Amino acid sequence: MMEIEATNIAVRFGPTTLLEGVDLVMRPGEMLGLIGPNGSGKTTLLRILANLRAPEAGRVRYGGRTAAEVGARELARQIAYLAQGGTVHWPMRVEALIALGRLPHRRTFQGLDAADRDAIARAMMAADVVSLRGRTMGQVSGGERMRILLARALAVDAPMLLADEPIAALDPLHQLQVMELLRTTARHGRGVIVVLHDLALAARFCDRLILLAQGGILVEGAPARVLTDAHLARAYGVEVVRGERDGIPFLLPWKPSGTSQGAPP
Amino acid sequence: MTQAAPVETPRPWLIPPYGLLVVGLSVLVVVLLGTSLAIGYVSLDLTQAIRDVLSGQSTLAALVLIELRVPRALLGGFVGFSLGISGAALQGLMRNPLAEPGIIGISGAAAFGAVSVFYFGLAGALLLALPLGGIAGAAAATFLLYALSGRGAGTMTLILAGVAINSFAGALTSLALNLSPNPYAVTEIVFWLLGSLADRSLPYVWLVLPLMALGWALLIGSGPALDGLTLGEDTAKSLGFDLGRLRFQLIAGAALAVGSAVAVTGAIGFVGLVVPHLLRPLVAHRPGRLLFVSGLGGAALTLAADIAVRALPIRPELKLGVVTAIIGAPFLFSLIYRLREEP
Repeated sequence: MMEIEATNIAVRFGPTTLLEGVDLVMRPGEMLGLIGPNGSGKTTLLRILANLRAPEAGRVRYGGRTAAEVGARELARQIAYLAQGGTVHWPMRVEALIALGRLPHRRTFQGLDAADRDAIARAMMAADVVSLRGRTMGQVSGGERMRILLARALAVDAPMLLADEPIAALDPLHQLQVMELLRTTARHGRGVIVVLHDLALAARFCDRLILLAQGGILVEGAPARVLTDAHLARAYGVEVVRGERDGIPFLLPWKPSGTSQGAPP
Repeated sequence: MTQAAPVETPRPWLIPPYGLLVVGLSVLVVVLLGTSLAIGYVSLDLTQAIRDVLSGQSTLAALVLIELRVPRALLGGFVGFSLGISGAALQGLMRNPLAEPGIIGISGAAAFGAVSVFYFGLAGALLLALPLGGIAGAAAATFLLYALSGRGAGTMTLILAGVAINSFAGALTSLALNLSPNPYAVTEIVFWLLGSLADRSLPYVWLVLPLMALGWALLIGSGPALDGLTLGEDTAKSLGFDLGRLRFQLIAGAALAVGSAVAVTGAIGFVGLVVPHLLRPLVAHRPGRLLFVSGLGGAALTLAADIAVRALPIRPELKLGVVTAIIGAPFLFSLIYRLREEP
């Protein structure tokens, strides 16, 4: 099984440094949440881990090898990437769109084989989009579109799934279902890295959180260790209210903390 | 997560199976090729002409068939196929239904290449001078496109470079008209620019067919990557496609196919824009599948327009480019009208 290891990653846009000295190890079987305020570099870091962008410094290894050593096609089978925003340029039929996830497994003019069909069926089932399969992408709602795109990523059947804000457009029921699905995916031995804005769901579903703020990793570890009042005030500038249900703690952003961003806690 | 029972949804009635669509369009193209052979200014007993050709007799009928009808029909099919498939490929690359083969500047430059041949009076000197000039223009534009935009260029840079090349080629064409040595040359150039399949001989076909075929192969091979691009550049890349290579493959393919087409026929507009747009719903908007059927559709439309040119009782013969534009522009109006409705 593959692990992703990023060492000393730096991201610069011209003279501006977005990230500096970021180290990260991702192993299969784990669900890792990337959190942080807008513009803290979550998406950029995820794209670097998926080899969609090169860092200005540092390196990423996949099972000890560089992306070039692994090869583009093999890497595409190892890492499924779910982009932010849900862009779909042509109103293709839902099932054909999900089948795009099988492209890394197919030769140029080869049709879908039994393994492809099986992976597509499982992905549609898991993402709860079976009933939408006959529609076109022009005939689905924003939430349905996100679930279809999630099914597309699941159809790759990759050991690693990197998802950028997969629940941003979803109603509460489907937010819970997708988070549950991602956790089940991790329990089945895959690695899941997910960029999230919902701290409550991040706390509840992720095994480990990385809080990006102020040009690097502010803190990393189990949710309880990361989501302290001090860290949240420092990273987001908010105060939270906390509670407990069925023995599971939860938190809710409540008001601006009055602590300006960047000031010590 | 909720487990929904697998439901077989019926295929919407208006989307035919892909194989049937390919066969249907192929049959249409073959019928139009036959019609194109049968129609012309001298009445021709087609079966007798074919019999003469096969038995090696050089009768007038055999001569008309081989020297006039066959090259005209074949070029109509090949040029139309090139325009249709290139339009579909570029619309897929740009992810924009208003892209067309002219957008990257290749056709404008090919036209200028051929116009220079007229200008320098070389058209009569060598049988293949015109298409060779056109191909040289297309090749020069392709290199310029690369020099301007670079291998890693984004789609926007590519479009801008294409617009710049198009304007420059247009300006040079106007300059050639402006400085033209005599009115006869001006008429020659203007008529050539209108686009026509009339009076092209078989050597034209043999010159451009290998170039076009190579272009078609490059374009068809890009199908899976174009499918992947439906989900945006990041996702396409995450599916293992090299976007720099894809752009190179598509530009080289379109340059070979369209450059050769313009080099032999002059500018034939709207085929590359309208055909992919009309056929896209029939392949359920799959960019990869649109390529080959757009080629067939382009061949059918071009052949039909060229048959219409000869069948219409208008003399002098209407230029093919004029007819395709007159048929094509109203489609563009309706396309824009419908796009307006979208947010």
